[in-house]
Amino acid sequence: MEKKDIIQSFKDSLFTGLIALALFGPIVGLRTASKGEGLFITPQWGVVFLLVGLCILGRFLINLNSVRKTEITSFSKFTSKFSAITEDKAKHFAITAILFAVVFPFLPFTDRYFMDVAIMILTYIMLGWGLNIVVGLAGLLDLGYVAFYAVGAYSYALIATTFGWSFWICLPLAGLFAAFFGILLGFPVLRLRGDYLAIVTLGFGEIIRIILINWYEVTNGPDGITGIPRPSFFGLPFKRSPDEGETSFHLFFNLEYSTMHRIIFLYYLILVLALITNYFTLKIRKLPVGRAWEALREDEIACKSLGVNPTNTKLTAFAIGAMFGGFAGSFFATRQAFISPESFTFIESAIIVAIVVLGGMGSQTGVVLASIFLIGITEMFRDLEQYRMIAFGGAMVLIMVFKPKGILANRKPTILMHGDKK
Amino acid sequence: MEYFIQQLVNGITLGSIYGLIAIGYTMVYGIIGMINFAHGDIFMIGAFVALISFIIFGLTGVALPIILLLVLLIAMLFTACYGWTVEKLAYKPLRGSFRLAPLISALGMSIVLQNYVQVAQGARVKPMQPLISGGLEFFKNSEFIVTVSYLQIFIVILTIILMGIFTYLITKTDLGRAQRACEQDRTMTALLGINVDRTISITFIIGSSLASVAGMMFVLYYGVIDFYIGFLAGIKAFTAAVLGGIGSLPGAMLGGLLIGLIETFWAGYVSLEYKDVAAFSVLIVVLIFFPTGFLGKPDIEKV
Repeated sequence: MEKKDIIQSFKDSLFTGLIALALFGPIVGLRTASKGEGLFITPQWGVVFLLVGLCILGRFLINLNSVRKTEITSFSKFTSKFSAITEDKAKHFAITAILFAVVFPFLPFTDRYFMDVAIMILTYIMLGWGLNIVVGLAGLLDLGYVAFYAVGAYSYALIATTFGWSFWICLPLAGLFAAFFGILLGFPVLRLRGDYLAIVTLGFGEIIRIILINWYEVTNGPDGITGIPRPSFFGLPFKRSPDEGETSFHLFFNLEYSTMHRIIFLYYLILVLALITNYFTLKIRKLPVGRAWEALREDEIACKSLGVNPTNTKLTAFAIGAMFGGFAGSFFATRQAFISPESFTFIESAIIVAIVVLGGMGSQTGVVLASIFLIGITEMFRDLEQYRMIAFGGAMVLIMVFKPKGILANRKPTILMHGDKK
Repeated sequence: MEYFIQQLVNGITLGSIYGLIAIGYTMVYGIIGMINFAHGDIFMIGAFVALISFIIFGLTGVALPIILLLVLLIAMLFTACYGWTVEKLAYKPLRGSFRLAPLISALGMSIVLQNYVQVAQGARVKPMQPLISGGLEFFKNSEFIVTVSYLQIFIVILTIILMGIFTYLITKTDLGRAQRACEQDRTMTALLGINVDRTISITFIIGSSLASVAGMMFVLYYGVIDFYIGFLAGIKAFTAAVLGGIGSLPGAMLGGLLIGLIETFWAGYVSLEYKDVAAFSVLIVVLIFFPTGFLGKPDIEKV
């Protein structure tokens, strides 16, 4: 490297430092804190100088080695190799993953915490697969998917607490309710173009949440619904001491009572629900309506001229996506036994959309990887409670910058015009 | 009637704030065709910078108009840095990528900014003593006295001044011409010797400065902020931009005013709890009948 270049990159780094100072100076450096009446400022210049120093150093190193370029290429080489492998061995990969998921609860290192995280990841995988029908296949950006999740959870909770019906009756009902809401929302707005649709669905998500907060008579407002019945193993409840005339799970199978039974059951429940979603999606892609979705995603005008009704086709995608969101919502309600509007904020929608897009839109495997990665990151930062969402957002930006098409980037149409020519 | 006029005044004030934020959305959408989701958080950062500088200058005892001017300039400067950096880090590498990529990146940036401010400034709400108090009173003989506070006058006048400067900038200067050219055809503009990257950067800087002014107004008007204000204000401002026709600058201002008025009238006459629902419902209804907003260009699809 020539001397001129070094001076140049040195200047560049100093400029970066200046910007960093402007960024961190007021917000980090001058922390406002209330003391009695009014606000006071506590300076924290140490942190600012540390951050600015890091920025200067980082920029200088990047300039010096042009690290970034090699990193980008090696990173994308790695991921494209990876996606090629998963593409070639899709079946093997899927079978291994499912087998692993099935034996996971009985592995020696699996404890309660791991199970909880696994259940959470599976819930997001299911939501991701559900939204993948809308975003990945039909190409409709839905930023209010959490609305259907909420509708499912609340309708499950309300039906179960009012009528006392079992999980297996409430689950399809909740799914139907969510699908109905999907149609209700979709009907007026699906004629809109992409970005407008995004903002309207976002608005719809917020409307649902505000209604849940304010409609005291039905939803109990911000306090939420408590005492949602836990699921039973086909009529056998998971209780230490069952009620009169009832047999509980551990008595029936002659096992020693453990709270893990219920957790493991919930784990398999969500695993089965998620796999049903996946199976359904894979099958429907091969049916006329699934092909119409993909065709609409690629070219709406061509579809119209070939006699595909765009509104109806989109509506089916919306309703089916909403239905799976509703199923996931019911599962959430029964797992938590308590729901409140707090659980259905915009950030949830953002996470689900992020999972679908980061996974590579339309890729079922990608959704799995993205869920594990994103939820894993937030779990890793669990001890640093405050920083975990920064890490989460940062990961979203970084993946997009280095790999804009998602982790698994090969989005192939299900059928091609001339056989499987590549 | 008096109550109506009072709501009108409040609505126009609120609408000015939304309008200023909406301009940032509409400009960015016009020039690179993406929804800048982090814009609401830029507005929030502007509000924080303004709050911090109000506290600092509050201790020095300088005259109020000078404080206001200084805070305005400081907030614009520092917030513009944020807008510029966000564009460089999160959007520029994605230019020419597929449509959803910048949106996701913007969502991530929005999460980062929100939590960054939460970590740096604490999660508690920040109250501030009112700086500009007093006002004019009308209809003193009737039952309901209409008050137009000096603060409301200040906000509306400042908005009008900024809109004047801004309209001049866009319609009469070289910069504005470059910007409008980029909106129409970026490749052609680059061929004609205009630095497209710089023009886009400047768009972000202008948008962020206007948002920071809105942030400063928000601090003065409500007297309390927290790290989460950007989300709702951002969404409403975006709604305003869509309502007025996204990509159209007068449309953004008109949409902002409409959203402000709808919100205050709804809160005043219908129900306070559902005031946020009002804005979104209006948006849905408008989009069904005017798919491109009030002042938007009709969208012609080409094969």
